[in-house]
Order: sequence, then structure tokens, then C-alpha cells
Amino acid sequence: MTTTSLSSGRSRRARRPHSRRRRWSSGERLFDLGVLLACALVVFATLYPIYFVLIASISDSGAVATGQVVLLPKRLSLFGYEQILGDARIWTGYRNTIVYTAVGTALNLAVTLPAAFALSRREFRPRRPLMLFFAFTMFFSGGLIPTYLLYKDLGLLDNWLVFILPSAVNVYNLIIARSFFENSLPEELYEAATLDGADYFRFFGTIALPLSKAIISVIGLYYLVQHWNDFFTGLIFVRDYAKQPLQIVLRDILLSNQAFSGGAGGGGGSGGAYAQRYADQIKYGVIVVSTLPVIVVYPFLQKYFEKGVLIGAVKG
Amino acid sequence: MSTAVVKRAGAPAGRSGHGLARHLKRYWQLWAMVLPATAFVLVFAYVPMYGIQLAFREFDFTAGLTGGRFVGLKYFQQFFDSPMFATLMRNTVLISITTLVLGFIAPIILALLINQLVRSRIKRWVQTITYLPHFISVVVIVGMLQVFLSPSDGLLTRLLASIGISGTNFLGDTGSFVPVYVLSDIWQHAGWNSIIYLAALAGVNTQLYEAARIDGANRWQLIRHVDIPALVPTMIILLILNMGNVLNTGFEKVFLMQNTLNLPISEVISTYTYKIGILSSQFSYSTAIGLFNTLINFTFLVLANRIAKRVSDTSLW
Repeated sequence: MTTTSLSSGRSRRARRPHSRRRRWSSGERLFDLGVLLACALVVFATLYPIYFVLIASISDSGAVATGQVVLLPKRLSLFGYEQILGDARIWTGYRNTIVYTAVGTALNLAVTLPAAFALSRREFRPRRPLMLFFAFTMFFSGGLIPTYLLYKDLGLLDNWLVFILPSAVNVYNLIIARSFFENSLPEELYEAATLDGADYFRFFGTIALPLSKAIISVIGLYYLVQHWNDFFTGLIFVRDYAKQPLQIVLRDILLSNQAFSGGAGGGGGSGGAYAQRYADQIKYGVIVVSTLPVIVVYPFLQKYFEKGVLIGAVKG
Repeated sequence: MSTAVVKRAGAPAGRSGHGLARHLKRYWQLWAMVLPATAFVLVFAYVPMYGIQLAFREFDFTAGLTGGRFVGLKYFQQFFDSPMFATLMRNTVLISITTLVLGFIAPIILALLINQLVRSRIKRWVQTITYLPHFISVVVIVGMLQVFLSPSDGLLTRLLASIGISGTNFLGDTGSFVPVYVLSDIWQHAGWNSIIYLAALAGVNTQLYEAARIDGANRWQLIRHVDIPALVPTMIILLILNMGNVLNTGFEKVFLMQNTLNLPISEVISTYTYKIGILSSQFSYSTAIGLFNTLINFTFLVLANRIAKRVSDTSLW
């Protein structure tokens, strides 16, 4: 079931032109044109804001403010980027986020994959109650304050581990990985391995994992994006600015208008026109700098994402 | 699937083998693999659930989470009686129902649309592009909203002015908060959420199209009578899952979009819980409100599931 739906891209490709050849009326062609136009509109609406941020970030802020920047950057200016490069907060945030993302994702995979494998073994009787134990937390939670007090008791407040430990397992990802192991590892493989004397550890390490690169990259990326975009944890559980992730720094620059009030020249704090004029360009630049890594990586991994969602969807 | 019980070499046969010792001997490795995850979930998800009793106790800094004096439903009563109750409920329900309905319909329409694309190369491109915003962080999304909707020189403000909608400070106006919130949410997630529907559409039996064609169906009728019915089970499951979150209006985005001007419409249960809990340390009161929210969520989920089961035989459990 799963494996067939994964490779269905090919059959879809084959089916459409075939069914079209049957009837090729002008109405159909009009229909296709309409579909194409609608899609073009959707694509434009999705892409243009992102593109605009990009060209606005390298254009003179005056030109942006007066609406001269529409399709191409006008009067190239890298002022925003110069300011960003010189701002220590961003780099601290960047470094923190990279550390949290790397360590966090590594722990996520180390915890999630073995558990998913164990839960995928049909002969493992406790797997049903265990699944219930995990799934219940998707729908019911203790809420903010009990969580906060728990972290406090565990000494996680203002501790960088708060970005790593509480999010070690994401139940949704666990279920996706379990479904994958369940559906994609042929039972015969396991039987053959046991005949050769392999135990569960061995089977998992030397057979299951090497065959599961697709799912490892999928949930690895889910976790990665989750860590990269984590804003909540820093907001609520961390006061120490030196430990804050990129998203908190972004909030301060983008939303609280603390844009370089101290750094951008002497009278920046109340520098009126100067600050106002360049604040937006810095904002555009910050959006680019913080989002680019995700956007650059993403198209290469997109097909894996789809697989992941499909696997999760076909068998809950 | 076969439920073949695979015997480890040398292990005693018999699946009905009782006894914990035998079970552990055979499966200790699986237990070892599932244990770390279990421990994390136990500590970080179930211990806070245990802490919910704080909602029924007077919080006492010296006595800890569960040591305070039992006060019953005092804090719930306080919430129901507070002038904030009606506002919070109205805002939360308004924002989440609108997001639920529109955010639910948009990806379906998008999937049906993409599915109609004939050339697979184009299809690929459209998909890749529409998924993209899903990966942008909430902070950046709200930052983009702020620069685009800036009352003085925002791109969208200017665009809207050119078609006659002007004079609105979109982020500082109670009337435009919900539309901005919901539309930007659709912009960000509709593409991504359409994946699952596209998968369902890809699984439709080709013969159904052929048969409908022979019966003289046009493209539009194919969509109505083949594609849409094929999506119904997926739609129901997703609707149920979303129902469980009806009141769980995304804390992060609402919180980031809040300002003093739009607060009358943008204060929702989750942001209020944060403010009175974390910012003003009324731990018990905040826990009670949080619990009230969770209970309603859970009720919605169970109800939706029951209705779906009765109506369509599709359900979560």
C-alpha cells in the first residue's frame, strides 16, 4: 500500500496525457488554460512576497519606500547587510541556533528511531499500550504553568538544555517512523537475519537503519526545521540573552523595532529619520539572512518531505 | 499482514508463554530501544499532566507543585466570573473557527487545482513553490506582515490603496486582525497541507476516470464526482484532528501579531494564560484556564470523532 503510493508519481504522469487524448475538445483546452492561469496566480502570490524581500534587501531604502522597487532591485545598497554583519546579536543567535539544532536533532534521531523500530515489531506485545501512551500526549497536555514549574524544578530554566531535552521525542515523527519500519521492511528480511543469528540490536543497526535513509532524512528534517524555527522555548524559559536562539533575536529586530538602535551610529536611539529610513532595509536583510539556509536546503529535500507525509498519512 | 512470531534462535518456542521473565528475556532489547523515548515523554508530557492539580490548589512557593491547599473549583469560578472570560472565548473561538474552516478548505481546492495540471514538470514546480512558505518561521512571517502592511509605505498597503481599500492600519485595527491572521496562515500552510490530498488523489483508481469519461463526464464533472468523493475520508480525518485544536489557537503567531491597538480582538486564551501565568505569576489561576482550554479541545476531538464515525465510518479510533 505505502510503497505503491510512493511510486505513483510515475503512473500519474502516464495517466493524464492518455485520458486527454480521448477527448480534445476546445472546452477542455479552455479548462486547461484556466487551471494554468489559476496556478500561475497561486505561484505568483506565494513567491512574490519572498522575492520582494530579497530585492528590497539589496535596494536603496528610499527607492523601496517610494515604490520604485517592483521587479528588480534599484540603486543597489548593501547597507542593511553591512549593519547585520556588524551586529553581534545576530551572530550569537545564529551560533546558538546552530548548536541547538545540531545537538537537538542528533538526540531526536537517537531517541526516536530505536523507539519507532521497537514499536514496529508486531510480536512486541506491549506496543499497543505504548502507542496509546505516546499518542495520548498529542491530544492532552499539562499546559503552560505545570510545564514551567517542572522545568524550574529540573533546573532547565535559563539552561541551554531546555532547547534539547523536552523536545527529544515528537510523537508525530515517532508514528511516521514506526509506520515506515512497519511497511517497508519485509518480514522475510528479519527472518533471514535471525537465522543468521542476529538479535534486535544487530538487525536494527546493520539492516533496518541502512535501508531507512529516506525516513531518517524526512524526520531528521522535520526536527531540524522545528529546532531552527523554535521561538516559544526561548521566549518562555530563557532570560539570559546570550543563550537566546536566532528567532528571539529576530523578534527583537523585526517586531520590537530594537533595530540597531545602539549599533547603527551614534544617535541611533532617537535618530529619527536615519533610523526610520534604514530600519526597514535592515529588516529585509535580517529576513533573508535568517531564512535563506532553510530555503536553500529545502528544494533538494522536498521529495523526501512528501514521502514522509505520505508515509505518515497512509497508516496512522 | 502476517503476525508471524519469529523465534530467536535457541529461544523457547510458544507465543503464549506467560511470565514477565520470559517476556523480558526475549524482548529486553526492544524494551531498551523504546525506553529512552518513554522516559522523555513520561517526564516532559505526563509529569506536567500530574501538575494539573495545581488548578485546584493554592500555589505555595514553599510547598511546590502539589503541596498547596486544596481550593476546589475556586479558580475556574474566578475565570468564569472575570470580565475577560467573554472576550477571550469570543476571540479564541472566532479566530480558531475561521482558521479551521478556511484553512481546511484552501488546501483541498489547491490540491484539486494542482491535480488538474497536465504537465508533470509544471506540477512539480507549483508544488515546490507552494510548499516553501511552510518552512519560514512564524517570527519572520509576522515580520514580513509588518513590513508589507506598514501603514506608511508597506507594499500591500499601497497595493490595496490602489484598488480602493485605504486608510486601514491593518495590524493595528480590530476589524482586520482576523482576516490578516487567517489569510497569512493560508498563504503559509495551504501548499504544505495539500500534499496529503494530492497523495489521496494520486491513489484514485484510473478506471474511475475512464468510466466517467465514457459516460460523457467533462473535466469539471470528473472533479465533482470522482476527485472530491475520493478525498472525503482524508478530509474527515484531518477535520477531526483539527477539531482537537479548535481552541488551541497558535500562541506564537497571535502573540507576535499582538499590539495595544488590536488587543481587544487578539487576546486569546493561550496568550492570556501566558500573561497571567508567566508574566504575573498567578500560577494556579493560569493553570485552571489552561486546563479549561485543554478540556474543551479534548471534548471537541471526541465529539468530532463520534460524529464522523456515525456519519461516514471514518474515524480516528
